[in-house]
Amino acid sequence: MSFVANTPLQREEMLKACGVSSVDDLFADIPASLRPQSFRLPPGRSEHEVLEYFKQLAERNYAQLTVFLGGGFYDHFIPSAVDALASRGEFFTAYTPYQPELSQGTLQAIYEYQTHIGRLTGMAAANASMYDGGTAIYEACQMALHATRRTRIVVDGGVNPVYRKMLYSYTANLAIDFTEVPVTHGASDRKHIEQVLGDDVAGVILQNPNFFGVIDNHEDIVARCHEQGSLVIQSVYPVAMAMLKPPGEIGVDIAVGEGQSLGNPLAFGGPYLGFMATNKKLVRKMPGRIVGRTLDREGREAFVLTLQAREQHIRREKATSNICTNQALCALRAHMYLSLVGKEGLREVALLCHAKAEYAKERFKAIPGVSVMETSSTFNEFTVHLPADAGVIAGRLVERGIAPGLPLGRYYPGMEHYLLVAVTEKRTKAEIGHFAEVLEEVLSHYWDFEEEHSERIDV
Amino acid sequence: MSVVFNKSVPGRRGVRLPTCDVPFVDAIPEEYLREQPAELCELSELDVVRHFTGLSRLNFGVDTGFYPLGSCTMKYNPRVSERIAGLEGFSQLHPFLPQLRSGGMLTQGALQLLYELERVLCEITGMGAFTLQPLAGAHGELTGMMLIAAYHRDKGNKKHTVLIPDEAHGTNPSSAAITGYRTVSIPTDGTTGRLNLKALEDLVDDETAAIMLTNPNTLGIFNSEIEQVVEIAHRHDAQVYYDGANLNAILGKFRPGDAGIDVMHINVHKTFATPHGGGGPGAGPVGVREHLVPFLPISRIEKRRDNSFVLDYDQPRSIGYVAPFYGNFSILVRAYAYIMLLGGDGLVEVSENAVLNANYVMHALKERFELPYDRSCMHECVFSASRQAEHGVHALDIAKALIDRGYHPPTVYFPLIIKEAMMIEPTETESKETLDAFIAAMLEIADEAERNPDAFAELPKRAPVCRPDEVKAARDMDVSFEAC
Repeated sequence: MSFVANTPLQREEMLKACGVSSVDDLFADIPASLRPQSFRLPPGRSEHEVLEYFKQLAERNYAQLTVFLGGGFYDHFIPSAVDALASRGEFFTAYTPYQPELSQGTLQAIYEYQTHIGRLTGMAAANASMYDGGTAIYEACQMALHATRRTRIVVDGGVNPVYRKMLYSYTANLAIDFTEVPVTHGASDRKHIEQVLGDDVAGVILQNPNFFGVIDNHEDIVARCHEQGSLVIQSVYPVAMAMLKPPGEIGVDIAVGEGQSLGNPLAFGGPYLGFMATNKKLVRKMPGRIVGRTLDREGREAFVLTLQAREQHIRREKATSNICTNQALCALRAHMYLSLVGKEGLREVALLCHAKAEYAKERFKAIPGVSVMETSSTFNEFTVHLPADAGVIAGRLVERGIAPGLPLGRYYPGMEHYLLVAVTEKRTKAEIGHFAEVLEEVLSHYWDFEEEHSERIDV
Repeated sequence: MSVVFNKSVPGRRGVRLPTCDVPFVDAIPEEYLREQPAELCELSELDVVRHFTGLSRLNFGVDTGFYPLGSCTMKYNPRVSERIAGLEGFSQLHPFLPQLRSGGMLTQGALQLLYELERVLCEITGMGAFTLQPLAGAHGELTGMMLIAAYHRDKGNKKHTVLIPDEAHGTNPSSAAITGYRTVSIPTDGTTGRLNLKALEDLVDDETAAIMLTNPNTLGIFNSEIEQVVEIAHRHDAQVYYDGANLNAILGKFRPGDAGIDVMHINVHKTFATPHGGGGPGAGPVGVREHLVPFLPISRIEKRRDNSFVLDYDQPRSIGYVAPFYGNFSILVRAYAYIMLLGGDGLVEVSENAVLNANYVMHALKERFELPYDRSCMHECVFSASRQAEHGVHALDIAKALIDRGYHPPTVYFPLIIKEAMMIEPTETESKETLDAFIAAMLEIADEAERNPDAFAELPKRAPVCRPDEVKAARDMDVSFEAC
C-alpha cells in the first residue's frame, strides 16, 4: 500500500521546480557515512493481506472469557453510538486545538467533558485529561509538592499497587520522601495516617473504593490533613461516583482517577485516560490542557485553550508538567458515554454493579473453604480467600473460560490465597452462578494439584 | 452551538441498561453515599447523536482539508488501521489477563504483535531495543530521561545538567526538568541553522547528564555533524537523547542508532499515521542502545524457544513502571498495521515525498516570504512573516487568512528563535494540486498584506468564531458550565 498521491510525472515536475535533478539531491545533507547500515523490512502489502494477518493475530487472543477481572480496569458496556460518533474523521483526524476557529467542536466537547467530570467528582474544575489514572496521581503529587513547597507524600496502602509502582518510578531521581501506610481490615488506617502526618507532608493519596473494592468516607482524614496544611489527593472510580460520596463533598483538594470505565474499551491496557479535577484555589496550578469559555470579536460564545502560560510549549523547563499530547479522543468518548447513559443511567450502572457483586459474594460464601474478606461495604469488587494458591486456582478457571479475578499475591506478599473479584453490569446472574459452580468444582479437586502451588506464576 | 447541558430535559433517558436479574440490594450505609446526585445530562440517543455530529462539523481535520501544521506530521490516517484496532481479539482483551496463570497463552497474538513491532522499530531506527510503554511523545522523553538518570545512578556519576538546543520542542526542557535536571540552552548557528558545535564544546562538562537533539531539527534542517555531537557527549560520559518527532523525514535515509544515539523516542501519531485524535491518544515508544537495555521499564516481552511469547517482570535494574501495562496498545496496533502496509520501500517513499513536498512549497514561497535559512529543507520549512509584519500583518494574521481560504494554518511562532515563524509541514500524502492551491492562497495573502493590511484584523470571517478573547478566558476561568 502507498498513500502517496503524486504520480512519477508530477514528482519530476516538482523536482524541476526545486532546481534539482533527483530526490537524492534533497538528502545531500546526510553524508554517505551516515546512511543506514541496514533497513531490512518486508515489502509492502495490500490492505486485504494486512487485514488477514492481523485477524489471525487477533484470533490468537481469547477474548471470549467471562470477565470478573478488574483491579481498576473494568468490563463495562459501551453504547454503539460512542463508537459511531468518535469515529467521525472531523474528531479523530484533528490535532490539539491551537487554532480555535477550526476546533470549536473539540474545544466545546472538552469543556463539556470538564463539566461532566466536575459534576461527577463534585469538584470546581477539571482538566482535559492525563494519560491514565497512574500518571494523574503522579501529576497530582507534583501539584501538591509545588503548592505546599513541602517534600513528603503519604500513600495509603489501598491505592492501586500498579499506580504506586508508577509513582515511585517517576520520582526515583527526585528528592521526595514517600511514607506508605498499609490498610487494616481492608480500609485506610486512621491512627497510622495521623501518626505519619507532619509539617513536611505535601499530600496524602487515598483511593475510593480502594484497591480491595472497599468503600470509605475519608472526610475525617481530610480534616486531619488540612489541620496540618497537607493536601488530599483522592483517586476514585468514576462509575461508583454516581452513588458514592464524591471527593468534592468531603473537601478533597485534587480528585483523580482512571476514566477507562466511561466508554473506553479494555484494549489490553490502552489507550485510557486519567481525569483530574480540583478546587478553585488550586486550578491555576493544575497541569495539562484546560478549555475555557469566552467570547469572540463579535461577542459570540467561543471556546479556547486557556492558562497556556503553565504549559511546556510556552514555559519550557518551568512548565507545571511536560504533558503535550493528552488523551483527547478518550476524553471525548468518556463525555459521549456520560451523555448517552445520563444522570439516571450512570446511577443504574452503579446500582447494577453493586447488586450483582453482592449476589456474587453470597454465592461464594456458600462454597466450602471459601470466604469473602470481612470489610466494611464494598462497591463492585471484593476479596475472596481461597483454600489454595489463588494464582493456581485462577489458572484452572481461565482454562474453563472464566477470568475469575486478580490473584493478589503478586502485589501483596502474604496474600497468595486471595483473589480480587470484580462484577460489572454486563455479568448475568447465570454467569455469576456458573462461576461459583466451576470454582466449587475446581476447589473440590485442589488436593490433586497442590504440588503445583510452589510453581512460579507463568506470566 | 448550545452546550449539551442546555439541551438536557429532566427525566429524559438515552441508552437503556440491562434489567436487574439479581436481588436488588441497597446495603451501603448512608455516610458513604453522595448527598446530591451528579447532574449529568438527560438526553435521548438522537439528541446525543445530533449534538456530537453538530460539534464534529465545527472541527477541521486531515479528513476535512490540508493541515500543514509544522512539527505535527498531519498525514492521512488509513481506515484499515481503525478496522484492525477494533477487532474484538484486541479491543476486548483485559490487560491483567497475562498475569493470570494460563492467561499468557490466551494473549499470544497481542504479545506477538508487540514483540514484532519492537523488532521492526529497531530495524527502522538502528536502536538495540525498544519499549512500547510510553503513552505519548513527551512521555517517551520523560522515560528516556529516567533511563539516563538510572544509568548515571548505576555508574555513580554525579550529573546535574541537560543541554538542549534553543530551537527544541518545549517538551525537551520540560521533560529534563521534571526528571530533576537543570537545563542549559545551546545556541543555534545563525548561518547553518544547526547546533553550534563550538558552543556545545564550551557548555558540556562532566556534570552534563545528556544532550537532547532533534534531527532534522525544528528548522527542518538535518545536522550532518551529529556524530561529532555524539562524540563530544560521550567524551564526558553524557548520553545523547534523540527526539524522534521528525522521523518522517529520514526513513531509510538515516538511522539514529547508526550515529551512536543512546536513547530516542518515536511519535507514532506522526510518523506512523495513527490518528491525532484532537490531541491524543498517541504513543511514544523509546529505543535504546544495548548498554541501557537493563534499565528499560517493566515488563519486557520475551520470545521463548518454542516461539511463544512471555512477559518478563524480573528486571532488577529497571526504572520500574512508566505505564500501567504495555503502552497504548490499540494505537501501537495501528502503527504496526501502517508499517506493514507500506513495507520498507513504502517507508522510504514516505520520506522522499515528504521532503519533496516541503521543498516544493519552500521554493514556491521563498520569493514572497522571508526564508531565514535558504537551503534545501527536510520534511518541513520555516518561514518568517517579518516582511508582512512591516505592514502590520503578523504570522497569526496570515494563519487566520488561511482559515478563510479553507486551510489549517501552519504552526506559528515556533521555533521560538525565528521571529514571526511559520512552520509548514505538508507531509507525503498531499498531492501537487493541493500544494499548488495552497501556494496560490499564500501568494494571494502576501499580495493582500501589502495592499490591504488593515483587513486582516477581522479575519477569519468564514469560521464559526473569530479570534476568541483569550485574556478574558484566562481571567474569568469559566472552565465548567453552570446553568444561569
